[in-house]
Amino acid sequence: MAELKYDKTGRLLFTKEMKREYQILMPQMLPIHFELIKNVLRLHGYNVTLLKGTDSESIRRQGLENVHNDTCYPALLVIGQMLDALKSGKYDLNKTVLVITQTGGGCRASNYIHLLRKGLKRSGLEQIPVISVNLSGLEKNPGFKMTLKLIRQLAMSAMYGDILMLLQNQVRPYEIIDGDAARLTDRWVEKLSDEFKSGGALNQKAMRAHFKEIVKDFAAVPVRGEQKVRVGIVGEIYVKYAPLGNNNLEEFLLSEQAEVVVPGLMDFIIFKIDNRIEDYKLYGGKRPVRFFARKLMSYVLHCQQIMIDAVRAEPKFYCPKGYLHLKELVKGYVGYGAKMGEGWLLTAEMLELIADGVNNIVCTQPFGCLPNHVVGKGMIRGIKTKHPDANIVAIDYDPGATKVNQENRIKLMLAVAKAKAAEEKEAVKTVEKRNAEAPETV
Amino acid sequence: MAYRIGLDIGSTTIKCVVLDESGTVLYQSYERHLAKVTEKAVGLLKLIDEEIIKGVPAKIVITGSAGLGVSQSSGVEFVQEVYATQVCMKERIPDADVVIELGGEDAKILFLTGGTEVRMNGSCAGGTGAFIDQMATLLGVTSEELDTLSEDAEKIYTIASRCGVFAKSDIQPLLNQGARKSDIASSIFQCVVNQTIGGLSQGREIEGKVVFLGGPLTFLKGLRKRFVETLNLGENAVFPENAQYYIALGAAYYAGTLQPVLLQDVLEKIKNAKPAKRDSSVAPLFASEEEYRGFCERHGKAGVRYLPLADYAGDAYLGIDAGSTTTKIVLVSPEGDILYQSYTSNSGNPVPLVKAALEEIYSQSGGRVLVRAAASTGYGEELIKNAFHIDFGVVETIAHFTAAQYFNPDVDFIIDIGGQDIKCFKIRGGAIDSIMLNEACSSGCGSFIETFAHALGFKAEKFAKFGLFAEHPVDLGSRCTVFMNSSVKQAQKDGATVGDIAAGLAVSVVKNALYKVIRANSTKELGEHIVVQGGTFLNDAVLRAFEREVGTEVVRPSIAGLMGAYGAALYAKARAGERSTVLTLEELQNFTHTVSVTTCNGCTNHCKLTINRFADGGRYISGNKCEKPLGVKQEEGGYNAFRYKYDYLHSLRAVSGPRGKIGIPMGLNMYENLPFWHAFFTELGFEVVLSPHSDRALYEKGQHTIPSDTVCYPAKLLHGHVEALLDQGIQTIFYPCMSYNFDEGLSDNNYNCPVVAYYPEVIGANIRRLSEITFIKDYLGLHRRHDFTKKAHAVFSQYFSVSKEEIRKASKKAYDAYEAYRQMLYAYGRTVLKDAKQNDKMVLVLAGRPYHIDPEINHGIDLLARSFGVSILTEDCLTVRSSKRKAGVLNQWTYHARLYAAAHYVGSHDDRIQLVQLVSFGCGLDAITGDEVREILESYGKIYTQIKIDEVTNLGAVKIRLRSLFAYLDANKLAKEKKTR
Repeated sequence: MAELKYDKTGRLLFTKEMKREYQILMPQMLPIHFELIKNVLRLHGYNVTLLKGTDSESIRRQGLENVHNDTCYPALLVIGQMLDALKSGKYDLNKTVLVITQTGGGCRASNYIHLLRKGLKRSGLEQIPVISVNLSGLEKNPGFKMTLKLIRQLAMSAMYGDILMLLQNQVRPYEIIDGDAARLTDRWVEKLSDEFKSGGALNQKAMRAHFKEIVKDFAAVPVRGEQKVRVGIVGEIYVKYAPLGNNNLEEFLLSEQAEVVVPGLMDFIIFKIDNRIEDYKLYGGKRPVRFFARKLMSYVLHCQQIMIDAVRAEPKFYCPKGYLHLKELVKGYVGYGAKMGEGWLLTAEMLELIADGVNNIVCTQPFGCLPNHVVGKGMIRGIKTKHPDANIVAIDYDPGATKVNQENRIKLMLAVAKAKAAEEKEAVKTVEKRNAEAPETV
Repeated sequence: MAYRIGLDIGSTTIKCVVLDESGTVLYQSYERHLAKVTEKAVGLLKLIDEEIIKGVPAKIVITGSAGLGVSQSSGVEFVQEVYATQVCMKERIPDADVVIELGGEDAKILFLTGGTEVRMNGSCAGGTGAFIDQMATLLGVTSEELDTLSEDAEKIYTIASRCGVFAKSDIQPLLNQGARKSDIASSIFQCVVNQTIGGLSQGREIEGKVVFLGGPLTFLKGLRKRFVETLNLGENAVFPENAQYYIALGAAYYAGTLQPVLLQDVLEKIKNAKPAKRDSSVAPLFASEEEYRGFCERHGKAGVRYLPLADYAGDAYLGIDAGSTTTKIVLVSPEGDILYQSYTSNSGNPVPLVKAALEEIYSQSGGRVLVRAAASTGYGEELIKNAFHIDFGVVETIAHFTAAQYFNPDVDFIIDIGGQDIKCFKIRGGAIDSIMLNEACSSGCGSFIETFAHALGFKAEKFAKFGLFAEHPVDLGSRCTVFMNSSVKQAQKDGATVGDIAAGLAVSVVKNALYKVIRANSTKELGEHIVVQGGTFLNDAVLRAFEREVGTEVVRPSIAGLMGAYGAALYAKARAGERSTVLTLEELQNFTHTVSVTTCNGCTNHCKLTINRFADGGRYISGNKCEKPLGVKQEEGGYNAFRYKYDYLHSLRAVSGPRGKIGIPMGLNMYENLPFWHAFFTELGFEVVLSPHSDRALYEKGQHTIPSDTVCYPAKLLHGHVEALLDQGIQTIFYPCMSYNFDEGLSDNNYNCPVVAYYPEVIGANIRRLSEITFIKDYLGLHRRHDFTKKAHAVFSQYFSVSKEEIRKASKKAYDAYEAYRQMLYAYGRTVLKDAKQNDKMVLVLAGRPYHIDPEINHGIDLLARSFGVSILTEDCLTVRSSKRKAGVLNQWTYHARLYAAAHYVGSHDDRIQLVQLVSFGCGLDAITGDEVREILESYGKIYTQIKIDEVTNLGAVKIRLRSLFAYLDANKLAKEKKTR
């Protein structure tokens, strides 16, 4: 069994020996992306298991009991999910390690890892190391290295996730055979994961080819029906994506006859890289940091462009225009210095949705989310002034918030959206009618 | 066209409207559904089908927050209620501009013209019908009586308008201090108005023709009056007749677009619908009657002996606990037997109850009993002490501890759930070690169950009984009252029985205490000898839920509801002299009590004072934040760093210069960085104009532009500061975004919190008038001095012509000024510590954020603490002497790093220096710092005290904490002295 080693500050390290022997538990957030990411990590020799626990009651309970109740809801869920898994008896507690991301920003989220450790301590599980995944050079571990290759491949797996999510969302509300889109997604996730095992699919050339096929496959799913009301979801990253965090928001919207538009993960990753460059511009800083950030950013931007080109090739699909476009849109609303949490990107995502005709937006946040006071709720007024048709509803999530209250507010947004859609349809009809009648009167 | 039916099922009431083909109302009804949503709906539909439409197919729509369930089971179409309102407006009042609708638990504003917008209250906002009901219960009147009362109002008190719980903790002290009920009634309505405007308008003016809808606005004239006056509406306010039916009416209009159905079919569907599977429920509290009987027997053992007062002769000791909702009085013999007891709901005024009880005691004892001493405790401690000449006042925590010790000398953990408070304390070495009180946001305790019981039409005792054998208690979560309200709504929707709800509430109260207040995760943490008390634990369902949750058997004294009074009596006994000073029977006969209110003009706080006058010429003044209006001279000596810093910052003079005026809003970061910016702009030739001192009026001035009602109060205040600068005609306002703060070498990074860092963005996007002037909110970084000149030059030259050299010079001045300010604070810190050492005085470090020195934010906590004769320091006066230490959390915020450093400093020094952490409600980061500071202090064996501050101006809870802290220190000192002896 691997020996427990600690660093100078007393932090339990994840050693190379552990890498060989230990099972790594990873919390869930974005089901499609994380499945792929897991497989990339496996390719690099990490024995990763993606937690699938969805018993929200027991997860919430673990969270409530072990995390300060005033901490944000995502922390409660992420940590709750991991502790719940550890206590399930499924894992050898002497051969298990946890992994969690750390943004290193000025938001509370940077502290999840410490809250997790406190939770482990409270639960008497101090022997379990925690790996921090971050790009800020926080908390290094001998057994875990963010190599350039790993970063690149993680980025690519996230790209696959983005395109699958984007297309599935556009096909699913219209599929003739129930479950077609989801099955297609599953098939692709399986196929990609298979290829990942041998390091395949993880270069730009393969990606380009796969993207084309993915687009073709989704375009071939038989669909029917009229255009449904489109509803965008933006917000704090965890409650925006994780069904556990947002009470299955996507499923609810689908059941209400809406088409869901969820901005991808890649923009967030580019945003976090770009922050380094913006920081340099605003305050000065270290050139090598900027150099590295610029290199990485242009690489990822390129990957994103490949995806955009692939989706654009098929006219029936909608595709956002990418990170730089978002950055352009937000000018005059929030400064690029607003980088904590989702920062200006959140505002930009709302603006992009509106610019692309998705006026109906659910802005999700954990109750009391600090950055969202500014870039979420704080910007709605400004957006509405310039876009009076914007139909935005802000929804708070926390362990006490009830579904009925949340859904009632969303229903209000939907009622307004549907009335608007009906009005527009009526207007179109009137015009058509007039056009049709016109020749007779002449 | 067929009949059209609109069924509006709200959180508390069910409304129905039937229209005929011409649109004439054939039938309308409005009644409370008392959680029996489905039954009521079925009853109504049957009646309509049989009596009104007589079996003809009709078009029907359901709306309302509790209507969804019925809609699903019946297959009847559902329309969102705000949308229904909008439909109704189009038909009935097409020229309306704005609709304000208050319902049982929802508040909504609809802007109809100039870009349709609809707003509903967020999940943390309760100023609605249910809230008014709660407040009426608190005053012991019905809502109608509340309305009548408000007609005679003379003045309006400030009541926090955030949510019911907050308002409650403002109203309670007013009641206990004897404020006039009619004034409170009117203030309650005003607070609902503020809540609606502040919470929902979010930057949009409410103007034009405003229509008011919903039950409360239909029935409460006083509330209407407040709305009309506050919004200055005059003729433009429309209160339609039958406004309470408008949503149902809107639904009926909406139904016009649908296909008619047979109501019999609908009823059939409801009947056949399987009850929805509930998301979550917990196990029944008791499996059987036997189990319950065993439980009762066990708890019956923790009793007290009773001696009839009429047969007793000898010494006695009196204890009075004037709690928030009830008054408890106990008379004990020297052996601790109870001679007399009373437990009464005080309906807001404990004085007559105490008088009556004393008279009864005197009459029953017939001169055979000598009261040797008396003590009062609880919220109304001082009022009662002054009114009846009680010998001692004792802080509640000590009273409860004293009582608990009587029942179990080994007690190491006490939890008391009263009407308004949860108090828990750990006992270590015979002294109270750590105290946990519920924060304002979770105080929905016993009185919450009571209010809920009343709302559902039951007495609290009966309601509790229902819960004992409920089969599927609902899981209601563990947050504050408002959330529980919505959880109950959900449970109702899912068809939970009253018993399920009663049991669920009991479990919820317990979880709230355990996970919210104590934050326990195992019973080992609590203690081995747990004593539970407080009136709420007399509810067997709560007691059972508690034992179940902590997994151990606890002691509930039979007098659980009287423990405060009992403890006070024992406290008095331990300190008794020959004879108590309590009023004699004769004096009682002449006793009178009158109350008047006035505003203190002693300082800028302008406290609203309540003056109680008694027949003997005695007075008791409350509502004051400091000792000034009492005519007591401030204690000489000692220091107050809050005042020192605040006065210094406001002494920075504006020097008129060639570049004109630049306005700086005094909030958040400016409390740290003002010396820097003041020197910077003065050097550049600007006249630096600061926004005025904060007060409630300033806050209200900016309230309507606050986009997020859950952001912290310091941030909310900024809206008022900026508005005030605009009112002064300032043409340039400077308020920069700052991701980073100064790097003081105490931490791994030097961030500001996201709100402090980016609030200028919120100000810029939400205060419309700023677009007419120059608002400088660019990103600036003071942490990289080397780059500052270049970056600042780029920023400022966008707004005015300035050379790089000028900026360089100004920034040198600025950095020097800031450094001098810091050094000045350190020097002050040294002076205070030296003084304390020389004169053996106590120093209290009120550790929070720089902006906590604003009196409107701290509500005078510093003055309150000073009244205990201690000197006040702040965390930033100390930190120079501590070095960077490893924290158990990521230590990367400048302000937090100071907290940790201060905690280490305080921890490593003797008991003469103590730390109390101030936390703004809604500060998510302090969830992390609070735990960390606690851990640091406790690692040195020091007590941790946290005070949460918000809009609430009530210092009662703060006082309890501070008094308990000092009581603990005294006890500690005594214990140490004993040891050395």
